[in-house]
Amino acid sequence: MRTRTSWARAGTAALLALALALGVAACGSSDDDSTGNGEEGGGAIVSNPKNGKVSLTIGSKNFPEQEILGEIYAQALAAAGYKVKSDLNLGSETVALKAVKTGQISGYPEYASTALTSFFGIEPEEVPADAEGAYLAAKAEFFKEGLTAFPPTPFASANAVGTLKKTAEKLGLKDVSDLKGKSEELTLYGSPECRQRIDCLAGLEKYYGLKFKSFHPVDIGLRYTVLEKGQADLSILFTTDPQLAAEKDKFVILEDDKQVFPAGNVIFVTKQSTAKQAGPDYEKTILQVQKGLTLEVMQELDARVELEKQTPKQAAAAYLKSAGYTG
Amino acid sequence: MPLAQLGAAPPLASFGGAVEFIFTPQTSNVTGGKTVGGFSQVVELTLTQLQVTVLALALALVVALPIGLYLGHRGIGEFFAIGLGNAGRAIPELALIALMAAAIGVGVLNLTIALAVLGVPPILTNAYVGVRQVDRATVDAARGMGMSGFEVLRRVEVPLAIPTLFAGIRGATIAIVATATIAPLAGVLTLGDFIINENVYGEDGVLAGAILVALLALALEFALAGLQRLFTSRGLKVSTA
Amino acid sequence: MPSGSLIAAVGEVGKGFIHERSSETLPCQARSDELFCFDWAKDHIDRYATPTVQHLELVAISVLAGFAIAFALSLLAHRRPWLRPPLLAGTGVLYTIPSIAFFFLLLPITGRGRETAIIALSAYTLQIIYRNTTSGLANVPASVKDAARGMGLSERQVLWKVELPLATPEIVAGLRIATVSTVAIATLAVFAGGGGLGTQIYGGGNLNFATSIIIAGGIAILMALTFDAVLLLVQWLATPWRRAAHE
Repeated sequence: MRTRTSWARAGTAALLALALALGVAACGSSDDDSTGNGEEGGGAIVSNPKNGKVSLTIGSKNFPEQEILGEIYAQALAAAGYKVKSDLNLGSETVALKAVKTGQISGYPEYASTALTSFFGIEPEEVPADAEGAYLAAKAEFFKEGLTAFPPTPFASANAVGTLKKTAEKLGLKDVSDLKGKSEELTLYGSPECRQRIDCLAGLEKYYGLKFKSFHPVDIGLRYTVLEKGQADLSILFTTDPQLAAEKDKFVILEDDKQVFPAGNVIFVTKQSTAKQAGPDYEKTILQVQKGLTLEVMQELDARVELEKQTPKQAAAAYLKSAGYTG
Repeated sequence: MPLAQLGAAPPLASFGGAVEFIFTPQTSNVTGGKTVGGFSQVVELTLTQLQVTVLALALALVVALPIGLYLGHRGIGEFFAIGLGNAGRAIPELALIALMAAAIGVGVLNLTIALAVLGVPPILTNAYVGVRQVDRATVDAARGMGMSGFEVLRRVEVPLAIPTLFAGIRGATIAIVATATIAPLAGVLTLGDFIINENVYGEDGVLAGAILVALLALALEFALAGLQRLFTSRGLKVSTA
Repeated sequence: MPSGSLIAAVGEVGKGFIHERSSETLPCQARSDELFCFDWAKDHIDRYATPTVQHLELVAISVLAGFAIAFALSLLAHRRPWLRPPLLAGTGVLYTIPSIAFFFLLLPITGRGRETAIIALSAYTLQIIYRNTTSGLANVPASVKDAARGMGLSERQVLWKVELPLATPEIVAGLRIATVSTVAIATLAVFAGGGGLGTQIYGGGNLNFATSIIIAGGIAILMALTFDAVLLLVQWLATPWRRAAHE
């Protein structure tokens, strides 16, 4: 009977489709970004076959500079022979830290100043001014939680209060303190966690005694858009932002005269057990590729991603190649 | 010791914790000494979400209803009316919010317009289909009784199309509420703020946000069902009882 | 290690690595007032290949899984009318909850990755498919079922040979709606680390880059409409008697 066979066929096809779908789902990996060709030689990173037994997942926070750093580390570790996956754009610092603690990621790049102020409750004035001091202080605190941190990058970044150049000129703003008396009429835009962070809105209110007309949380990716579209009078920017160098005539940051926004060098945060399991190449590779990350280089990489819209992966690969780490 | 809060909390948010979050301010995960949650913040975010949803729905109705009803009444523009409904369902809400933020800027007004754009297709399509589905014999009888075109629409076609029409309005509402929930990405604080920013509000906040958003959506559906009953003529009510 | 002083020989980027930039020399994609950069789009269209494939996988797996579950549920409820209200309500709640809430609720339980996204997306399709399947089965005229039974068919044969074929248009209609909706919602998978076209909308430097948002959104809409057309064709092929009626 025609009906029976056509229905049997349809049923079989549907079952096969379902089986196929489940098979694809089971086999496929979610985010396999292993890159690197260290084996080819000529690069300064040497692939160690012993590392092939170790699987690492590199994470990052949710803005381009972080994603670039994550990619640099991920690609470098892959060139050193590790099995590397990347899970970037996790969220803000508390989300990323939780991801390390729960083992979801092996490690991620954090700013020493953020670690000290956001995780460990250190007041900005107590944050060591030098990179080495801040790194050691953070590492000591991380140690209490079974975590550790690797030595810092050459460059440092800090939060900053930014605005359009013409706004600064109109209101006569050069330092953050100049906002006193004027801030009640101004709107401030920043990331959602900025409300609570002492090196952000909380610090502006506490140490500068500023009250703003309103604070609007927006995604970090929109921090310049809200200024350009005229919605924000002030916006929280980063000192390493490429827009500050490339569009000097448009944007300006106010001087942090009360030192509420400490600059942080990047330190790689990971579990002590992971560092032990992964062997010496883990820390060695990361320190190796960090050496070239001066302020100018980091800003260049930020510019390639934020302005020229290259992918973080491309920018990281170009850096590793140009600095001679990979072939 | 602030670090003790991080990562030491139980892996699953508890229902009790969520309820507590709704009513009493909690200390936030991030140090800085500020509290989050609590009833007043909940009310504030709910009102914002309600405000943009209702305004967007109203705007969508004003635009979509006349066009859909007219096309259905005249029996023209089928491809446009049906196709628009299909295409509207295909619009990714994340892209809409992001494009709005990148192109025209963030803010309550811009968000309302973007949401209204999202609400137009389901209302227009269902207005068209609802009117088209009215039995031709009934329409002919009405014309035979001497009613003008507009009167046929108002007194016969629209009342009979109410169920389909309201199904479309319900679809628009669900789409608008869902998109308003991700509006915090673009700076308009709705209940989605609790959900998206776990770093600030904690897992209890996420669960609380999800519960509140679900309750809001269900409440709106309930209200629409009531409105539909109000608009359904007595004759129809009797026949569908 | 002192900041910025001694840098080893390897580790210095090549000459010309650092570029000079100024407002006048910024390319189209760096300008915030440019809505769509055609040249950039042409040169970089390949970056959307992997996300598109990921997106396709997300949608296909989610809809198939959702269909399997919802179909089983409606068959279960077919002969047990008392099951229908609770199943409808249960799937309805999953449908009403905005998907973003579902994604973030699942994260602590199932972790980041594609599986979490698939679970949330499948849950969303359940009500549409379940409701259309039960409605389609319920709409089969009693006279047809009686005739079939009269011909000596068992209850199971009546279901598979008569009721389901007749319910096919409505079932496929539900499948179409579910698929189109899933394509749109799958852009949110980026929040669960599940990949997809959402990565070209949120992440990298994309959130303020209208061109990328438009391309990614455009691909998603095209994908949805294509799925819709394909399923419409499937419906047409699966119901030859309706085609005959048209002739």
